Amino acid sequence: MDRLTEYLFPKQVSTFAADIDNLFYFIFYSSIILFAIVVFGMAYLAIKYRFKKGDEVRLTSSKDHSNILESLFFIIPLILVSITFVWGIRSYLKMIIVPDDAIEIKVTGQSWFWTFDYPDGGTTLNELVVPSNQPIKIVLSSKDVLHSFFIPVMRTKMDCLPNRYNVMWFDAQQEGVYDIFCTEYCGTGHSQMGAKVIVMKPAQYEAWVAELGSDDEDIPLDELGAKLYTKKACNTCHTLDGSALVGPSYLQTSQMWGEERVFDDGTSTIIDDNYIRSSILEPQTKIVAGYQGVMPTYQGLLNDRELDALIAFLKSLKEDSQI
Amino acid sequence: MAENQKQNYLTHPKGIMSWLLTLDHKRIGLMYLLGGIIFFFLGGLLALGMRLELAAPGNDFMSNETYNNVYTLHGAIMIFLFIIPAIPGALGNMLLPLMLGAKDVAFPRLNLASFYIYTLGALFVVYTIISGGVDTGWTFYTPYSTTSTSNVIPMTMGIFIIGFSSILTGLNFIATIHKMRIPGLTWYKLPLFVWALYGTSLVQITATPVIAITMVLLILERLLGIGIFDPALGGDPVLYQHFFWFYSHPAVYIMILPAFGIISEIIPVHSRKKIWGYKFIAFSTLSIAFIGFLVWGHHMFTSGQSVFSQIVFSFITYFVGIPTGVKIFSWILTMYKGQVSFTPPMLYALSFLFLFTIGGLTGIFLGAVALDIHLHDTYFVVAHFHYVMQGGTIIAFLGGLHHWWPKTMGTMYNQTVASICCLGVFLGFNGTFFPQFLLGLRGMPRRYATYDPQYAELHNYSSFWSGILGLSIFIAIMNLLWSLRKSNKLDPGTNPWGAMTLEWTHTSSPPHPHNFEKDPVLEHGPYDYDKVVVEPTFKK
Repeated sequence: MDRLTEYLFPKQVSTFAADIDNLFYFIFYSSIILFAIVVFGMAYLAIKYRFKKGDEVRLTSSKDHSNILESLFFIIPLILVSITFVWGIRSYLKMIIVPDDAIEIKVTGQSWFWTFDYPDGGTTLNELVVPSNQPIKIVLSSKDVLHSFFIPVMRTKMDCLPNRYNVMWFDAQQEGVYDIFCTEYCGTGHSQMGAKVIVMKPAQYEAWVAELGSDDEDIPLDELGAKLYTKKACNTCHTLDGSALVGPSYLQTSQMWGEERVFDDGTSTIIDDNYIRSSILEPQTKIVAGYQGVMPTYQGLLNDRELDALIAFLKSLKEDSQI
Repeated sequence: MAENQKQNYLTHPKGIMSWLLTLDHKRIGLMYLLGGIIFFFLGGLLALGMRLELAAPGNDFMSNETYNNVYTLHGAIMIFLFIIPAIPGALGNMLLPLMLGAKDVAFPRLNLASFYIYTLGALFVVYTIISGGVDTGWTFYTPYSTTSTSNVIPMTMGIFIIGFSSILTGLNFIATIHKMRIPGLTWYKLPLFVWALYGTSLVQITATPVIAITMVLLILERLLGIGIFDPALGGDPVLYQHFFWFYSHPAVYIMILPAFGIISEIIPVHSRKKIWGYKFIAFSTLSIAFIGFLVWGHHMFTSGQSVFSQIVFSFITYFVGIPTGVKIFSWILTMYKGQVSFTPPMLYALSFLFLFTIGGLTGIFLGAVALDIHLHDTYFVVAHFHYVMQGGTIIAFLGGLHHWWPKTMGTMYNQTVASICCLGVFLGFNGTFFPQFLLGLRGMPRRYATYDPQYAELHNYSSFWSGILGLSIFIAIMNLLWSLRKSNKLDPGTNPWGAMTLEWTHTSSPPHPHNFEKDPVLEHGPYDYDKVVVEPTFKK
């Protein structure tokens, strides 16, 4: 069964994952039995009573009911679904009753990235860091359309609504890096709206929290920019290899440095530091011809040094590509 | 007799206007069939386009925007333009009055109006496609649908209009079933296909107004900025989900009940055996239609609705499963001590039993709240509803088409080709959709244009088999059309399966323009294979 679980499911990381997988197996094996009855019954009757060449067309049996069989067909599935229902609800209650000692992390979905706000201040984008063996309460909301926050290894998900908070929780039992997906369709970048959950040992997590937000002062601007490029989810929509995704590639913009860029309203501007700055902070004012104006503003999500860093990183791409 | 042989509804009267303005339910049925098949073909091409894009993880053939348009149109076209109207509109129209011994439906002009309303709605959808498409998903969830820049209004307007076609057809069928039966054809002597249409019609007239209102509210919100569903305007997106599923869950039964009806006809006829549990099948149709109204919340298990609602909706959901399960057992037991012929319609019916059982059983997984939370909005759901909608409804529709083809068109298709195609559909279908259950269990979300490489192998497998599925359906339909050539005409007295419902025993193939040359007199019930021997006749 372990090998089957490995084949069928992602890892079991949360405390309730094994229970949910067991519920799956209960329904799975009951279904296989019912399905076998249906298929073998069907094949047996169809073959046994098949009309052979040379058979005469004749009157057939008038038997069209059997109280015993019919009651069985009613009662057996009724028992099976009753167990399933009760099991489903019991497990569900485990999934929604949040333990009192949970750490609360605020998760905000926005087209098309995730923001994580930690209890002691500090914010990450597209990277949720949590300690292991510690209940984590996730409070979900959205800044625009509906999203849904799904962590397959935890076996839990919940919709993010723009007008109210939803809550889910998990307690990760195993350190590692796992997938997070958006499972409520949210437009162009829906399939790229992934994130990672990084489960650390509690001590490691403490250290990480202490360092959160302070480690960026010392490194050179373009290296910081490279970090921010993934950390702030720029990579969801902008590539570094010149291919167009939701937005224009950084490489293309870098290579066009100092040249003119044409916008969808027919105006144009020279690509320089100020253009990049305003594109990050006010992305809706100038939309590159051929693209949709769908980028959210990063006002408040990046400080001045981080803006400088992204600009420096973007400029550096041109030189790298010439090597 | 010789002159009558020439007179059938296909050739009499002649001329294009006699078709466009016809009040004959059989011709209207055929026009629905033509419309349905065209959109089935279009929706199928879109599906193959999606599978092509999903064969490999990246954006290989389509951009995200294109994929979002393609999957939205695939869903909307298949559901609103093919599955919902096709069986009641095509087979229902064609057969209902014949099965009742009536000359036509109760309101023939209304029937023609329904068809043109459907056409008008379809034109809106075609306009949507031509003018750039729509990218919201067939569910039109707010606030995405109220803020998307794509053509939401023409699409929802089309759905609003088609709703009226559905409502009027339902009304017409209910009146017909109540008032147009010949003397002696009491409720318990009705063919089960009629019971199925009755249940379907009840759902159509009670549920469809809700989607119509919802679509109007959505349009008003977009046009006038009235805050109903968009929180930025003071509305509530979860309210939209309640409205939408209050229709769209019963709509599942609009789609599947007629399929149950077809299977209830095919199996006794091709097993030459009285149907098992007639009354149970008849009443389970009505009870499924009723309970179907009480389970919409199971589409919203991750929306944040109250715990109490979650429990209640999970509980009631299982009550749809039980009558459905007993139906499956009844169909299988019908073969007991019969004479089972493996004709193309029967092969489709047996495929239906196999595939629909998987569709139904996987519904049990999704009804358990705790498990649904993992599986919600993943490929497990995609696989589940394709096993129900395609493995159930479309397979039954193809079976019904093969069963009644000699009756309605007066020709017989190549049965060997038809059987091979049925096998191709069966294998192609399982190959396409079974891997999607595994994808869903492993966490692959639906509506993704690109995906993580860990899912590539199963996606690739699914894409390969979708080609076989598409090709088999295409050849199956071509095989039917190819049979229409002139040299292939059957003798009008043909009853190739030895069926004993009125449309086979009391009128020619294809039927007389006024259905019956003289008023039919009921001699036996629809499945009295224990009382009367009806020899299959098959002559050119």
